[in-house]
Amino acid sequence: MTIDLTETTTGAIHDALMQARRQVGGAALGMVLTLIIVTDESAQYDSVRAASQAGREHPCRVLGVIIRNPAGRSRLDAEIRVGEGGPGETLLLRMHGPLGQHADSVIAPLVLPDTPVVTWWPGQAPAIPSADPLGALAQRRVTDAAASDKPRQMLTALASGYRPGDTDLSWTRATSWRSLLAATFDQPYGNMTSGTVSAEQHNPSADLIATWLAGRLGIPVAREVSAGPGITEVSFATADGDITLSRPDGRTATLAKPGQAERRVALHRRETTELLAEELRRLDPDEVYAEALARFAVHPVDEGTSA
Amino acid sequence: MITQGSAAGDLWAVNPLRDPRDRRIPRVAGPCVLVMFGVTGDLARKKLLPAIYDLANRGLLPPGFSLVGFARRDWENEDFAKLTYDAIKEHARTPFRETVWQQVYEGVRFVQGEFGDDAAFDRLAETVKQLDAERGTGGNCAFYLSIPPKAFPDVVQQLKRSGLSEAGQPHSGIQPWRRVVIEKPFGHDLASAKELNAILDAVFPAHSVFRIDHYLGKETVQNILALRFANTLYEPIWNRGYVDHVQITMAEDIGTGGRAGYYDGIGAARDVIQNHLLQLLALTAMEEPLSFDADSLRAEKEKALSAIRLPADLATGTARGQYAAGWQGGIQVPGFLEEEGIPTDSRTETYAAVRLGVDTRRWAGVPFFLRTGKRLPRRMTEIALMFQRAPHLPFAATDTEELGQNALVIRVQPDEGVTVRFGSKVPGSAMEVRDVNMDFAYGESFTESSPEAYERLLLDVLIGDPPLFPRQEEVELSWRILDPIEEFWAEHTKPEPYQAGSSGPASADALMGTSGRAWRRL
Repeated sequence: MTIDLTETTTGAIHDALMQARRQVGGAALGMVLTLIIVTDESAQYDSVRAASQAGREHPCRVLGVIIRNPAGRSRLDAEIRVGEGGPGETLLLRMHGPLGQHADSVIAPLVLPDTPVVTWWPGQAPAIPSADPLGALAQRRVTDAAASDKPRQMLTALASGYRPGDTDLSWTRATSWRSLLAATFDQPYGNMTSGTVSAEQHNPSADLIATWLAGRLGIPVAREVSAGPGITEVSFATADGDITLSRPDGRTATLAKPGQAERRVALHRRETTELLAEELRRLDPDEVYAEALARFAVHPVDEGTSA
Repeated sequence: MITQGSAAGDLWAVNPLRDPRDRRIPRVAGPCVLVMFGVTGDLARKKLLPAIYDLANRGLLPPGFSLVGFARRDWENEDFAKLTYDAIKEHARTPFRETVWQQVYEGVRFVQGEFGDDAAFDRLAETVKQLDAERGTGGNCAFYLSIPPKAFPDVVQQLKRSGLSEAGQPHSGIQPWRRVVIEKPFGHDLASAKELNAILDAVFPAHSVFRIDHYLGKETVQNILALRFANTLYEPIWNRGYVDHVQITMAEDIGTGGRAGYYDGIGAARDVIQNHLLQLLALTAMEEPLSFDADSLRAEKEKALSAIRLPADLATGTARGQYAAGWQGGIQVPGFLEEEGIPTDSRTETYAAVRLGVDTRRWAGVPFFLRTGKRLPRRMTEIALMFQRAPHLPFAATDTEELGQNALVIRVQPDEGVTVRFGSKVPGSAMEVRDVNMDFAYGESFTESSPEAYERLLLDVLIGDPPLFPRQEEVELSWRILDPIEEFWAEHTKPEPYQAGSSGPASADALMGTSGRAWRRL
């Protein structure tokens, strides 16, 4: 059911939620976290949809924060959805006028007790997420450098503002590549001298993978530009020849090692929902991300440069 | 829940990209071939083949992973690929993706032959060698024996004769491995279990034999360890000071179905109590292991199993039944003796219950009641710790009339979760106390994310992580518990009939009733 409340208060929203819960039944029980999405009118549909799909794995209360018309009169409108398409609850909160500057005063009373809080900026994010009032409410703050106009600058900014609990979806996108790379190095390999990561020009995931590899393997890793889609190849020069993991079509990767037959493995690009589900699975600080990010700030990879 | 074994620990030492703090990167199996015997069986189609796809879909299988089917049918690779495809389409839990299927498909091979046929096994050895060369499987090979135990000697001997059981020379500095996976039944008594083990042991070293008890792959069962050893709340009351008794139940609504031939002469106790229920008991009763590595965990389970004491009088301390015709779940069903393939004078039980003691300081005097049966009202597996009543109730007797015993129930299946049952005041002006439930359901807290038991276990086999697999000592200890009961039954009792759809024979209720207790409702 959907309930629309205009010119409302958090108290009235709370009452409406309780009433909806009674009518729908047990649907609202057992929620494991509160997910705050800071978005705008044009992007809210996609991000809320991704969140409620991820909510199948992690039933949660989704609080969509939409700031509108900052010059107008202060007003709070709420759209409450309970028992629709997912096990959790979704609240879209439209804040008009000066209220937009005090969104945390609306959100704080609506956060579920005793469960973690995650704040996600699907679009532009503050440079220091933990300093943002809505970020300060959360123990997990999810940004997306790929959504920024200048992803590399964004990564550098995130590095300088990093606090434990920060994470970025461009790092999440790197997981499937990273696990395949880790599996590749479970097998014996020759002495490596250098590496290369090829991807589209603006691809912070590729930048982070290159940085991570360089830090872990202690070799220079170059970042090269390809036509995409996404990341197309990671290769290493070894004494015996090249180890190459290439994925030209965004779906199937081919692993080539010196003296061995080529092997293929599915490596698809994941939807936002899957990324978010991975992000919500573990809520402890991601130290490996922090290290890769910090290293990126010191040795930013660029086309033709090495990490 | 259970931590990485030493195999995975070593990887981190060698592989610079692995880091225990990096918890996004999953454990991925190394390159290998899985050879499956009995691919046309139900288990393979419904569980194993879909599990392989699901693992691949989650990115947990390595590039080059290959699957070889071995069966009697006159098939080509394509026919086996078709069977695999259909099994995946019908039973896989993750969405179907063409690219993932292609990855699986490229590694699918089929070898046709009888278990006694030398030439067939030579072909199998040749196929595995070819896969090694073509797909870089590193000489690693796991054999899944999804076949009746009577075929074990032939297959194991053939594996030895054809050289398949030998891991061979190191591939680029790494010693390849051989593992063999077997399913219950692990024998039908202590002697046959030892015999079966001797057959395997002659060819495969003990650490490379993986015994699958799929209950141990279930999240809820692994959660027993988390519930007990990650919390402070339960362990202080997890003993004779607070627990009155423990009930471990596995109820099935189905009859013998297509397993009649196997089931006759085996019965409920051998089929379920010996493995699943005693494993659940061991996990419930054991002390805290030093760590969750295989040796520590198995050592504690073995201690718990060794401490089990049979009832002094087996006639009143055990019960067995056989379902008679009746109505189950709205359908009229035949009795066990009328099932196809069951002799009309069969004395095989379809229901078994037993009262066991655990002779430890923690559990002295606390009875553990185990029961299992077919054609019961519904399918359900649970472990229930029933607590003692409060020593004193400062209420009028009428206030607490409806107050039962506090209980902690671990629901293994279906509707996995944990329930705590306790008394609460009924709203109103009078003081009246009634039982209520506090409930944790996996379905509500982590929907969809828990892998199927076989996925988890197959992955553990391919990684070589053994904590979830019982070893031979545990199997033998379980038979030591069950053998005297089976002998007593064979000599002295006939299974008591119970109506299909009812909750078991009257003697099972008497087994409980003599101590003033009652079974939980099914």
